[in-house]
Amino acid sequence: MKRSPTLPVIGLIGLGLVATAKASDDHIVLASTTSTENSGLFGAILPTFTEATGIQVRVVAVGTGQAFEIARRGDADSLLVHDRAGEDQFVAEGYATERADVMYNDFVIVGPGDDPAAVGEAEAIDDALQRIATAEAPFASRGDDSGTHRAELRLWQAADITPQGAWYRELGSGMGPTLNTAAAMDAYAMSDRATWAAFDNRQNLELLFEGDDALFNPYGSLLLSAERHPHIKHDLADQWHRWLLSDEGQQAIADFEINGEQLFFPNAE
Amino acid sequence: MPENDNAFQAALSLILSLDPVLLGIVTLSLQVSLSAVLVGALIGLPLGAALALWHFPGRGLAVTLLNAFMGLPPVVAGLMIYLLLSRAGPLGSLGLLFTPTAMIIAQTLLVLPIIAALTRDHIGALWEEYREQLHSLRIGRVRAMPGLLWDARFALMTVILAGFGRASAEVGAVLIVGGNIDGVTRVMTTAIALETSKGNLALALGLGLVLLGLVALVNGTAYVIGERARRRLG
Amino acid sequence: MTDLYHPGVPSGQPIWSPSAPLLKLKGLTYVHQDTVLLHEIDLQLARHGITLLLGPNGAGKSLLMRLAHGLIAPTSGDVIWHTQPDMPPLLQAMVFQHPVMLRRTALANLTYALAARRVPWRRRRALAMETLERFGLISLAQRQARVLSGGEQQRLALARAWVLKPEVLFLDEPTSALDPASMRAVEEAVHAFHAEGTRIVMSSHDLNQARRLADDVVLLCGGRLVEHTPAERFFQGPRTPEARAFIRGELIW
Repeated sequence: MKRSPTLPVIGLIGLGLVATAKASDDHIVLASTTSTENSGLFGAILPTFTEATGIQVRVVAVGTGQAFEIARRGDADSLLVHDRAGEDQFVAEGYATERADVMYNDFVIVGPGDDPAAVGEAEAIDDALQRIATAEAPFASRGDDSGTHRAELRLWQAADITPQGAWYRELGSGMGPTLNTAAAMDAYAMSDRATWAAFDNRQNLELLFEGDDALFNPYGSLLLSAERHPHIKHDLADQWHRWLLSDEGQQAIADFEINGEQLFFPNAE
Repeated sequence: MPENDNAFQAALSLILSLDPVLLGIVTLSLQVSLSAVLVGALIGLPLGAALALWHFPGRGLAVTLLNAFMGLPPVVAGLMIYLLLSRAGPLGSLGLLFTPTAMIIAQTLLVLPIIAALTRDHIGALWEEYREQLHSLRIGRVRAMPGLLWDARFALMTVILAGFGRASAEVGAVLIVGGNIDGVTRVMTTAIALETSKGNLALALGLGLVLLGLVALVNGTAYVIGERARRRLG
Repeated sequence: MTDLYHPGVPSGQPIWSPSAPLLKLKGLTYVHQDTVLLHEIDLQLARHGITLLLGPNGAGKSLLMRLAHGLIAPTSGDVIWHTQPDMPPLLQAMVFQHPVMLRRTALANLTYALAARRVPWRRRRALAMETLERFGLISLAQRQARVLSGGEQQRLALARAWVLKPEVLFLDEPTSALDPASMRAVEEAVHAFHAEGTRIVMSSHDLNQARRLADDVVLLCGGRLVEHTPAERFFQGPRTPEARAFIRGELIW
């Protein structure tokens, strides 16, 4: 029998079975938001933590809604999100035993440079949103039940506006894709400052409104309940939680900059 | 990351710099997809052949389901495996979620229907051709199966490559069950999705070109090996 | 030879004896989608010899052989092989009008058949090569069977039957698509099988071929058995009008 091509092909495929790289077993899975991952914050602070403790942190970066769900199902050891109301509810439901302020950044309104709704001249965030709604200028909303989306909806509500109509576009996407889409259709959008700072594909988009206290965006770390999910690595997760709140962790957050701009401001008590 | 707008330049500098992060991502992509294809073939080839050879009640339903699953959206496959492997799911105690193994399982679910359904087509046609002769040789269906798979090997190699194409191209399933964890479960497609969401379009497209090149390389290798063998045999 | 068409029906259990018929078809009927393709065929074939199945296209020659060979099951009726008690079933082989070539080399086509007969792995290659030699195919041993010419393929099919050392060989119009040289090779092979003691049942619509090969002739027409006669008598003075018309070359349907 002649040599057939099947054997080499099987050999080739067999390469794939080579045991997939096993990193150290000292790791935790952290469910967090795209804003922290995409901005590069974790890339900056995790090595410091791992060096100090030997614990590897595996970040699953998803929308806040999905992050809660992952933790609720017991698929993460720790949780770092930005939705205060959701976090408090999570604690109340018994999925987490402790919630702590870690840091904050803020939301900004970005939009096309020629600013057709004159958002740049607004006095406050409700004024800015009012101008967009009145001008019926295109607005790209996350629409994905993320922390940013939930914050945006609260702001519309505070401004006494029910956003609807052809100008209000719910994308059902993450922060980055939403900014990509906004750039492509010259729409306004609300972004967390960190993602915006790290975002490369701005085209005509510019930062038009910032600084209102209502745009404050606090991040909380949650210590998950070992009773609900006994299998989670509670001890390691506890070390991570404590480190974030420690002077060392807080300093690492403060040291993270993009283009000389500090993006997250530690505020642990 | 180099600041430029040219995807080809981005791809080229990525490859030329032999970036260890990129190498890790490429290696993991190949490991996951090739493993999924191997498992898919080990199950799908005999399964497809069995569906071609045996007529049993419910076979039509099985074939229809198989064909429908060929069009299974990767996100749905990922979601199914996620719910299966989640701690709250039936196989949660294995702790496989957010690991490369989970990604292999999800991609196997995507690849298996393609391999089984196309194998059924090829083996069915070959069985139609061989049936009287094999029957005359008093070879039953069970004994005929290895020979049929062997004789259809060139066609089946294309089938397996089609499966590999689907596995290496999908992002929805590995994103959900792998979590796109840096250095652990980040593969080419999820890295591309991530860079796109960060607005690094050139880098994303550069990674896409690298992926395209890899898939072309695997296909080309299989093609060359197959052609050489075919020529030697013919 | 005697007239085989109306033999005395043996009663009771089939008791084996060297003179008993080898194959008995009793009331063999095959219906496909409400069409009767074979109509209560009764036929006995003697232990030795070459039987030619004659008849126009669609007479049921191929179908009859497939039923006898066991490739398909009859709608009703029986196929009874008379073998010595406590002996394994007869070794049968069949060569088709369009030979089925496995997608392998000529050699591998033979070794596959040997494997099917559970010949030990070590002996297959030598046996196969010997047979290829005998059929003048040795130079084609490593060629893909499916790229061989029609005549070569049919010879390979005969060689594949040969390695099985069958006691009964069915040939379904094996020469109908072949050139004269290939046809002669097939007929020589049939003689060779016969010389080895293989019982031959072969269909053809070529009267000259039947004259050259047949010991006895079975004439089928429209799914019915018209006549079963020793060849000599069939060609000298057929009993039935259908047979006479067939010999004259008039189509009968």
